[in-house]
Amino acid sequence: MAVAGDPAPAAPPIAAILKDAALAAIVTFALALPLVGFETIDVSGVGLGLNFRFAAVAIATATVFLGRIGLAAIALGRPIAVLVPSAGVAAAAALGPWPMRTVAWLVAIAAAVLALRAGLALRRLAPGAGAGAAIPARIVGRLRRVAPPLLLALGVAFPFLPFTDQRLLDIAILVVTYVMLGWGLNIVVGLAGLLDLGYVAFYAVGAYTFGLLALNFDVGFWGALPAAGALAAMVGLLLGFPVLRLRGDYLAIVTLGFGEIIRIVLQNWWEVTGGPNGVSNIPRPTFFGLPFKAEPDEGEATFATFLGLDFSPAHRVTFLYFIILAMALIVNAFTRRIRRLPVGRAWEALREDEIACRALGINPTNTKLSAFAIGAMFAGFAGSFFAARQGFISPESFTFIESAVILAIVVLGGMGSQLGIVLAAIVLIGLPEFLRELNQFRMLAFGAGMVAIMVWRPLGLLSHREPTIRLHATGDRA
Amino acid sequence: MEYLLQQIINGLTLGAIYGLIAIGYTMVYGIIGMINFAHGDVFMIGAFISIITFALLWMGGVTSIPLAIVLVLFTTMLFTAVYGWTVERIAYRPLRGSFRLAPLISAIGMSIFLQNYVQLLQGARIKPLPPLISGGIVLMEGDGFAVQINYTQMIIIAVTVALMTAFTLLITRTPLGRAQRACEQDRGMAALLGVDVDRTISLTFVMGAALAAVAGLMFALYYGVVDFFIGFLAGLKAFTAAVLGGIGSLPGAMLGGILIGLIEALWSGYFSVEYKDVAAFAVLVLVLVFRPTGLLGRPEIEKV
Repeated sequence: MAVAGDPAPAAPPIAAILKDAALAAIVTFALALPLVGFETIDVSGVGLGLNFRFAAVAIATATVFLGRIGLAAIALGRPIAVLVPSAGVAAAAALGPWPMRTVAWLVAIAAAVLALRAGLALRRLAPGAGAGAAIPARIVGRLRRVAPPLLLALGVAFPFLPFTDQRLLDIAILVVTYVMLGWGLNIVVGLAGLLDLGYVAFYAVGAYTFGLLALNFDVGFWGALPAAGALAAMVGLLLGFPVLRLRGDYLAIVTLGFGEIIRIVLQNWWEVTGGPNGVSNIPRPTFFGLPFKAEPDEGEATFATFLGLDFSPAHRVTFLYFIILAMALIVNAFTRRIRRLPVGRAWEALREDEIACRALGINPTNTKLSAFAIGAMFAGFAGSFFAARQGFISPESFTFIESAVILAIVVLGGMGSQLGIVLAAIVLIGLPEFLRELNQFRMLAFGAGMVAIMVWRPLGLLSHREPTIRLHATGDRA
Repeated sequence: MEYLLQQIINGLTLGAIYGLIAIGYTMVYGIIGMINFAHGDVFMIGAFISIITFALLWMGGVTSIPLAIVLVLFTTMLFTAVYGWTVERIAYRPLRGSFRLAPLISAIGMSIFLQNYVQLLQGARIKPLPPLISGGIVLMEGDGFAVQINYTQMIIIAVTVALMTAFTLLITRTPLGRAQRACEQDRGMAALLGVDVDRTISLTFVMGAALAAVAGLMFALYYGVVDFFIGFLAGLKAFTAAVLGGIGSLPGAMLGGILIGLIEALWSGYFSVEYKDVAAFAVLVLVLVFRPTGLLGRPEIEKV
């Protein structure tokens, strides 16, 4: 396609296109036949029975066959011939009263993607459309300037907006928790370039530190918070010290194994951790010693009575929201500052080239260890907030999939981009809370999204990131 | 003594399954230097395809169990291999030459996708496979404890040994194996000398997936239950086996598999069943820290 001025071949290679489409269809058929075509069901007595879903297999195969032909037609410069039917199919599949809703939706999505690509190709063919490719970079640049203050203002004002109800605020707390975790993991993955697949272990350490301190020694949230962070950082140091010498992908697997070890220990060491039952009755945070209670004990001042307000459960939720917002903003401010300090620069340099760093006298182990421990500390803080918010923790909250979700937020947002992480957390955590009926597809889309981002935009959605240092302050960017 | 022998037999069976999966990890790592995180889930898909094929054969009236197992073996290998090929084509091939961690992140995404794909299509509940082969041979009897090797375990070990032999011949004696070893040493040079690198890598994934499919069938026969999450733990342990044996080395993968199987069986036999997964992960951490090249691996020299 790259040959300049080369018109579409006079006779399109129909045979080759059909062969390619047929191959793709055969592969789809072989993929779909065993797992889509048959559904295993429990039959009493026999144990195993099958349902048949051959229609779905046929539809999938046909969709891929036609889609392949459509892609080839776009590549040959016939986007209009593709745009019209694919848009029609998308509309018909999405709106028609089809019996298999899921299959219809998937067909609609596939057709819509095809139509989109045809539309983009059409715009590229249209005369005077040279600037098309430059738009995303410009938009991203403007977004980066305008969005952070806007988001901050929205974040602070959020509990007082007229449409904010308790449910919305709960979702917001969840989203901000993940933003904080994402920013914390970003120090490890985005800045230092260490792929940590066991980040949730430090989150668990923080949560259990607070839970167990409260249970056994009656320590409140604010007293336990520094301990949770310190302990998580300690665990990070202990784990990091032997393993940080490893190459990137080995490190990833070891951290994953370590995360699982922590979870298994929490699950089985029931004398201390309560095993699968977890720790319950964890106290809520207090406002400078003032609890949030509807019925205070005799002579006890609560937040509401002290300030002369009527009690409302919203006070507590709002307070929790501001705690996590403040903690997240501290992580953000910390990251922004430390990127300008020698250690932050060393992290980023290490990410780019470890051997060169060693030659320049940077101690890779210590530098990595500091990133690892600081990331772990923030996860510890977030974990103790999680325990305080839920009032109950159990090993189930700290599975590998949780680490994968946090990693997905960092990766999709664009590694190292603070703003991208906020957007990714809103999309990945916030949206599914509203679309409960789509919840079963959530993790499926997660996985597919991670693959798609790596294939199409390996540096993330907002990959445009300012370099930390420039050699010539006013010079052109390389 | 009898108890120890029994645990060793169980461990060897388990080790055969892990070894078959570990080969997929070690081959892919050898040739393109990435950890195929989704390999455990390819194994899980193999297990599902095998129980679906069994159910289909019963509905079709196949009653001979040896015939059924052979048919299921080939069907499972074929269809799972298509999954292996597709995973490589979609999630890894476009990333060659991307930054270092991109293929691993893509593989994690693929793993999550495959798990949820199977969960959506086949349901989250455990799928039972009724025991097909009963009975076994009593090897030893002493103070009320009989050491038994049952027929399922014998089939698993026999099939594994046969497959390993065939596979070793394939790697050492055929043009495909030669191409593969060439790509492992230097992909660019192999391409210059006329080796189709893309095709060789695809075939590596196909073979790895086919062996994982056999492991899936064995798993279903041995444990009798399958669910969409089995790939995670089995994959991690098989990866541990590959690392323990020396990643990139085929005999190492088999040896590592057997060792991990033995460690797991003996640990659950003598210490605690709850912590058996901790044992496997602890071995992984210790090996990587003290001997990152594994038992049979060659040291890796990092070049600029």
